[in-house]
Amino acid sequence: MPEPMPEMNLGARLKVLAAGAALALATAFGAPGGAAAKTELLVYTAIEADELPGFKAAFEKEVPDIEIKWVRDSTGIVTSKLLAEKANPQADIVWGLAATSLMMLADQGYFQAYAPKGLDKLDAGFRDKANPPMWVGQRAWAAAICFNTVEAAKKNLPKPESWKDLTKAVYKGALTMPNPNSSGTGYLDVSSWLQLFGEQEGWKYMDQLHENMAWYTHSGSKPCRQAAAGEVPIGIAFDYRAAKTKADGAPIDVVLPKEGLGWDMEAFAIVKTTKKLEAARKFADWSITQSVMENLYTKGYALIAMPGVSKPVAGLPADFSKLLIKNDFAWAAKNRDRILDEWRKRYDAKSEPKS
Amino acid sequence: MAHGADRKKPYLRIEGVNKSFGSFHALKNVTLDIAEREFVCFLGPSGCGKTTLLRAIAGLDIQTTGRIFQAGRDVSALPPSARDVGIVFQSYALFPNLSVIDNVGYGLARRSTTRESRRGRVAELLALVNLGEHGAKYPAQLSGGQQQRVALARALATSPGLLLLDEPLSALDAKVRQYLRGELRALQRKLGVTTVMVTHDQEEALTMADRIVVMNAGAIEQVGTPAEIYGTPSTAFVADFIGAMNFLPASVSGAGRARIEGLELHVPALNGTVMGTEITLCCRPEDIVPADDGAANAFDTKISAIEFLGPNLRATLVPKDAASRSLTAEFSATQSRRIGIALGGTLRVAMPGDRLHVFARR
Amino acid sequence: MTAIAAGERVRPRASRDHWAMAAALVLIAALLVIFVALPLYTLLSKSFENADGGFVGLANFSKFLTTPALSISISNSLQIALAASFITTSLAFVYAYAITRSQMPLRALFKGLALLPLLAPSLLPGISLVYLFGNKGLVKEWLMGESIYGPIGIVMGEVFYTFPHAVMILVTALSITDGRLYEAAEVLGAGTVRKFFTVTVPAVRYGLVSAFFVVFTLVVTDFGIPKVIGGNYNVLATDVYKQVVGRNDFQMGAVVGMILLLPALLAFAVDRLVQRKQVALLSARAVPYIAKKSPGFDFAVLAFCAVVSLAILSMFAMAACASFVKLWPYNLELVWKHYDFDLTDGGSWTSFWNSIEMSALTAIFGTAVVFAGAYLVEKQTGFKKLRGVVQFLCMIPMAVPGLVLGVAYIFFFVDQANPLHVLYHSMAILVINTVAHFYTVAHLTAVTALKQMDGEFEAVSASLQVPVWRTFRRVTVPVAMPAILDISLYLFVSAMTTVSAVVFLYSPNTTLASVAVLNMDDAGDVAPAAAMAMMIVYTCIAVRLAHAVLSRAVLARTQAWRRR
Repeated sequence: MPEPMPEMNLGARLKVLAAGAALALATAFGAPGGAAAKTELLVYTAIEADELPGFKAAFEKEVPDIEIKWVRDSTGIVTSKLLAEKANPQADIVWGLAATSLMMLADQGYFQAYAPKGLDKLDAGFRDKANPPMWVGQRAWAAAICFNTVEAAKKNLPKPESWKDLTKAVYKGALTMPNPNSSGTGYLDVSSWLQLFGEQEGWKYMDQLHENMAWYTHSGSKPCRQAAAGEVPIGIAFDYRAAKTKADGAPIDVVLPKEGLGWDMEAFAIVKTTKKLEAARKFADWSITQSVMENLYTKGYALIAMPGVSKPVAGLPADFSKLLIKNDFAWAAKNRDRILDEWRKRYDAKSEPKS
Repeated sequence: MAHGADRKKPYLRIEGVNKSFGSFHALKNVTLDIAEREFVCFLGPSGCGKTTLLRAIAGLDIQTTGRIFQAGRDVSALPPSARDVGIVFQSYALFPNLSVIDNVGYGLARRSTTRESRRGRVAELLALVNLGEHGAKYPAQLSGGQQQRVALARALATSPGLLLLDEPLSALDAKVRQYLRGELRALQRKLGVTTVMVTHDQEEALTMADRIVVMNAGAIEQVGTPAEIYGTPSTAFVADFIGAMNFLPASVSGAGRARIEGLELHVPALNGTVMGTEITLCCRPEDIVPADDGAANAFDTKISAIEFLGPNLRATLVPKDAASRSLTAEFSATQSRRIGIALGGTLRVAMPGDRLHVFARR
Repeated sequence: MTAIAAGERVRPRASRDHWAMAAALVLIAALLVIFVALPLYTLLSKSFENADGGFVGLANFSKFLTTPALSISISNSLQIALAASFITTSLAFVYAYAITRSQMPLRALFKGLALLPLLAPSLLPGISLVYLFGNKGLVKEWLMGESIYGPIGIVMGEVFYTFPHAVMILVTALSITDGRLYEAAEVLGAGTVRKFFTVTVPAVRYGLVSAFFVVFTLVVTDFGIPKVIGGNYNVLATDVYKQVVGRNDFQMGAVVGMILLLPALLAFAVDRLVQRKQVALLSARAVPYIAKKSPGFDFAVLAFCAVVSLAILSMFAMAACASFVKLWPYNLELVWKHYDFDLTDGGSWTSFWNSIEMSALTAIFGTAVVFAGAYLVEKQTGFKKLRGVVQFLCMIPMAVPGLVLGVAYIFFFVDQANPLHVLYHSMAILVINTVAHFYTVAHLTAVTALKQMDGEFEAVSASLQVPVWRTFRRVTVPVAMPAILDISLYLFVSAMTTVSAVVFLYSPNTTLASVAVLNMDDAGDVAPAAAMAMMIVYTCIAVRLAHAVLSRAVLARTQAWRRR
């Protein structure tokens, strides 16, 4: 028989309840505490997610009192997030974001200049010209095409050799590329075509390309992965993803179009308003040390900011760097908004999927 | 019995109580005194305000204006928890997840300091309502009558000064109801707790109450003992609502005389009423008696219908001198055999003047 | 009446209970205002402002309507929603008819199978459809050359996702039809077809309308399926995401949010109307309809239900299998590596555990708040106006799609001037948002349970001078325990599977499994996305089973009284 709870227990009971609620709330709010007082560094990045745990582990091993918190998304999204937070930036450091985006943000006074230790060891092209620099490059990535040989054989698709080849009618519906609004790779493609072919020809080229496009993807990684799965046989991608996908066993060839490859740098810059300047600088210093350059940046990437550390990447030719176009970053950064608006106007509206 | 001398010092006093829900006036200026140990029934059709009045007394729905005193204390504005009442609801509202013992002991936790005294009190109450051996059961395992008694025991557990019963028997079948009427009344007398019961069942009110408060449309129509209410209804509503009644439109035809079509009757109650006044004459079916030739207010009728009711017989009679009217009369079976009632036959009956009630025509 | 004016008005003296209740009611009202009304108000005002917060009237709306890329989404959304609503309602009607009006075997099983999609995030059908009908799909030929990417895929996915909702509504509508009407029709010599059109259809027409609108709203506001399988076919829901997340264009996001609110409000109004009418249909003396055996008919509907359930199951099976295949479609070796979420773009096991934590907190706090709120609204007397306000606030979330609520939350909490900004990017905001999102259904479940309870418990305990909280704890909660468990299950499963609102609110520390499915699919990691979606499904099934066991145990312990 349940005995009625005596009244005097109420106080004790409430205390237990209150403690329970407090505990639950603390969990819910993610109250800090537990381990020692580590400095939490909020890092905005667009680097591929599969690489991030490696960077985090390596840095935290080196500098145990700093803990990295990543905010990762694709280039376009991180960029517009940063823009939206302009009045009250959240990030401490932006790290591994396309240099074109960083330059645009730097123009708006987003960052503070800092010359990390060992800056002089870097290639002069991989840093802001100002001294000390607003931003420092880490490595570069370049456009590449993933070409599914199995599907191509089935559908009798010839292997393309140039960007122009992709506009041939035979490739109708067999092509994907990342949407430049969300993907940094997408933007470097578009800006490189506009530089290679000139503005007018460039847009005309993209109009023709659009006719063949199955769809535009949100992320820069998806076209190559879809090519790997045979879903759409040709994906306009970038070198790292192409090489890695091939290495994972997918039946693809990495095609480097002969007109030249668009490219962009992954770079970092310290946010002007950070309250954790010291930690941010430590992270910046660490980011250009030789061991990081040599051991971490090179995984799949052929173009590294520090001359001489690059290693050949399986699936990419040794003279890969010769294929890069002469990229006018300042132009690409300054015209970013205009180009993206134009792109949206031309290709976002045509919404029916091609097949 | 409770009325009489005790009534001078009312236990519960209701003074000019009004209750409105928006524009609807559920209680209209209700004033009533209830004596200590008295058993009072609020009787009336549904929607008459009897339950509203009960809930005002309990403090569940506090009146808009007016005051209520209990044992000399003004409780008008107090919440139920600050009053001294026990309530039994129509649904009983037994806690389904608690055993009978826990239900009955529910209100005791704060009062009885020790577990033993609480347990003793619950056992006492269960014995009082004859449920001693059902303590461990859950309400759903009990019959309706047993549930009703658990609810009663629970309401009585805290020894309230006033017991309020809201249609406590209406959910039960006829036999159980009849039995429980007696039980309930006996228990109330034994404990001497002042009790107010709401009911729409006149038989229940007539058999159980010390006094009946007949209510209609939010107002009190009549207050009186069952005999007073039945024997001398003070309004046409009461006359109609309590028991069966013949209503005859008539007009005053002289001093103490009234005429129904060609039939003139002696009506002592009419003394002083102006000639020609339109009135309603009322007479209960059992007050229409087979008449000897010389009897007053005797007249000939034709028997137009007969209904057999078991011990009684109900006849519809059409007076010869008022052929558009008909009367319902009731005779005992023996009586009807003696006078030989047959369909289509004639019968001379009388309506004794002192059994005739007069109401103004509405 | 003058008599009332004459006396002095009685001012009821409030008991301690009364004040406690008033305080609790004010607290619930405040919570609902802060976490439902204010964010929506922010959304509303944002849609009339420019980026700097100046009032610009309808300028944003006209910009939206004149931008072809955006306005084309309206017609796309409408077409998709109409097609999906029509197909789902038709299929669900036959299915529900078979469950309620036939003597086919395994009716309970079929009912259970129809509800399975509730346990999956809406992204799952999208992923499975790619594996089934994509360019390298298993049964690609079935589409006869059409592409799954676009309207066809969206509609197929939406039918899967909305099917259980429609079936639930129609099963209810069909089971409350009065059996006596059929007897009457039979006596009058009506044939089967005539009975169907003169008795069945009129009786369930409200249910059909309601199902249609509910499905319509779900489709218009669903974001997962078009995102995964829509290709370049833009719909309103993905537009909001693009505007808010992709471009941080809050104003345009607010405009699309407002537009998405319209069909939802309409559906809500229709549903309320239908509820009212439907109650009237069932008089107290109605007799439940009991189907007669009819071998031909029973076999036909059995076949139909079997096909539909098979389709549902195959969606799950496809995702489950795909999550193990090494490299679809070239290397069909089975491997575990796709479950190593830490190696993928956008997913991690942390997201999965975050989801579990979020769902558990939602179930615990949500149930507590919802039940307490329903109790205050339903069981307390007094504070009529305040209770009315609370009741109204409780109904709002039903009319607000998750997507819109998520956007509203981001606008409201991202604002630094808002003292509640501290919640931004916290686990708490995800929990609060999810509770708010699913508040109404949980609230109505609690209200139904409370309504079934005797209305005088509170009066009895007041007259016995027992404080109200004690009766709440000793009687109300134990008696309502089955409903309380149902509410927690509903909140848990909903929190586990929802994407639409939380996709705007998660932070790097509070990534969620359902969002990870989305992000992994976005990055082309489709197999891990399928794996994560299946983890959500497995979790929901496990929790559902645990709920069944727990319910039984609790029933045995606290509801002994239910056994005679």
